[in-house]
Amino acid sequence: MQLTNRSKKTDKTALTLAEKTYLPGIAAGLGITLKHFFSKKVTIRYPEQKRYLGPIFRGHHILKRDEEGRERCTACGLCAVACPAEAISMIAGERVKGEENLYREEKYAAAYEINMLRCIFCGLCEEACPKEAVYLRHDKFVPVFTSRDQVIYGKDQLVEDMNNRYERDAWTKEEMTKLWEKQQKVITQ
Amino acid sequence: MEAVLIIKGIIILAIFALSLGIAAYETYFERVVAAYIQDRVGPDYAGPAGIFQPLADAGKLFFKEDFIPALADKSLFILGPSLAMLTALLTSAVIPFGDSFIYEGQKILVQGIEVNIGILWVFGIVSLGVYGILIGGWSSNNKYSLYGAIRAASQNISYELAMGLAIIAILMMTGSLSIRSMVEAQHGFNWNIFYQPLGFIIFLTCSFAECNRTPFDLPESENELVAGYHTEYSSMKLGLYLFSEYVNMFISSAVIASLYFGGFNYPGMDWVYSKFTSIWGATVGHNWATVIGICVLMAKIFFFIFLFMWVRWTLPRFRYDQLMDLGWKALIPLAVLNMIITAAAQLSGKPLWIGLILTLIIMLVIFLPAIKKRTVKA
Repeated sequence: MQLTNRSKKTDKTALTLAEKTYLPGIAAGLGITLKHFFSKKVTIRYPEQKRYLGPIFRGHHILKRDEEGRERCTACGLCAVACPAEAISMIAGERVKGEENLYREEKYAAAYEINMLRCIFCGLCEEACPKEAVYLRHDKFVPVFTSRDQVIYGKDQLVEDMNNRYERDAWTKEEMTKLWEKQQKVITQ
Repeated sequence: MEAVLIIKGIIILAIFALSLGIAAYETYFERVVAAYIQDRVGPDYAGPAGIFQPLADAGKLFFKEDFIPALADKSLFILGPSLAMLTALLTSAVIPFGDSFIYEGQKILVQGIEVNIGILWVFGIVSLGVYGILIGGWSSNNKYSLYGAIRAASQNISYELAMGLAIIAILMMTGSLSIRSMVEAQHGFNWNIFYQPLGFIIFLTCSFAECNRTPFDLPESENELVAGYHTEYSSMKLGLYLFSEYVNMFISSAVIASLYFGGFNYPGMDWVYSKFTSIWGATVGHNWATVIGICVLMAKIFFFIFLFMWVRWTLPRFRYDQLMDLGWKALIPLAVLNMIITAAAQLSGKPLWIGLILTLIIMLVIFLPAIKKRTVKA
């Protein structure tokens, strides 16, 4: 029974005298390996050289600020609820007078912690966030830990740096779909 | 006389250092060639392009625990790798690495010792070489090591026969056992490969088997015998075993190059020699021509070392019965046939190129059907 047309039938006719010496086969094999010897190498020298993982790779978490540099997070806790690994915890704080340039709304996250040993990088927090505050960066990994006190990431490691803002080709699902269609067009052309 | 002895000593030391140094760098080349054939780049962290990798490997081996199993025969366990290394290094003594240097009117041969039993010496030492493996495998008191050792012994015995018979054809052509006179008989482009293509293929196959290299690396076949004869070895004792394999590879490349590919001879050497002697005078010109010859031999040796590696990363390992079939049922009869043909050609008194053309015609008749591609019906 033939399931696919990719299978190759083996030729079971008796070997000729020349084939029995193995020499033509060995010569052909040596030719193939020599071709590979001179071909382009596929190695990416990883720590120094990194491959682009696409615009939607889920890496290091970031808490975005808005254009005026105010934190977008309002400590609603939807990300913590959505998180299947229960990696996120936060403490809400109330904005007082004079802090309007720090926090966008009246409520903010006084503490926001992600346990990176628990996080499975599923991106559900990003989808749950109603304020477009938490994102998983596509260009940065969470580095390897060497001790347990490096595992819990606080606001100091998560909040966006205004001098080095995180940019992405597509922020929402709709934008991503558009980008994807554009790329498909480029590929088909 | 003093200075001549010193120069001779330097040459011997240089040959010794060269076989060790090349063996060390063969480990690096092996990894790079393997990587390149598999579309990778290989070791490139230790120094520029990874050239200090052999030093790093040796350093690692020296600092590993030197373990001797409790039930092993301790003295034989130590003797094994020492013997393997000793025999591997002894062989290079009779190989002519170049013509000669003239110093104060005296000729100094670029060779450890010029003996009239050269190739016999190589054979004797190579036969002893298997004792290193056998003793190491037996004294480990481990069944896998013993299997590996026994395999090595029977494999070497089987393939030495065909190897010796292939050499006899060369001996009949040269009429001497000295490797130097064999090399000198191949002056210019008059290489033995043109008269002994079959003998060359037999010799090459047998030297793969003698060096325990893939496709004949059954003594250390990982997927059957853990690591074969060196399963119980660690630290620099293991290093010596691995190293002796690479020294053997270098020596057998040198022997192949000397016996079949003209050693330090190359086309146009007479023209180069006359040019050099007319420019720099008889002594200096001769010495420079010798240096060129040494470089040519080195290039040939490196090609064969590359061939060893190239074949290793192309062919899968033979099964043990296939190995024995190939040795006893194919190579030995072919070697006898080659010997008879060569003897007949020598006795007929006809020039050797007639035999060459006949061989080519026979090869074409055999191989023409193979050029046609097998049609595979989908």
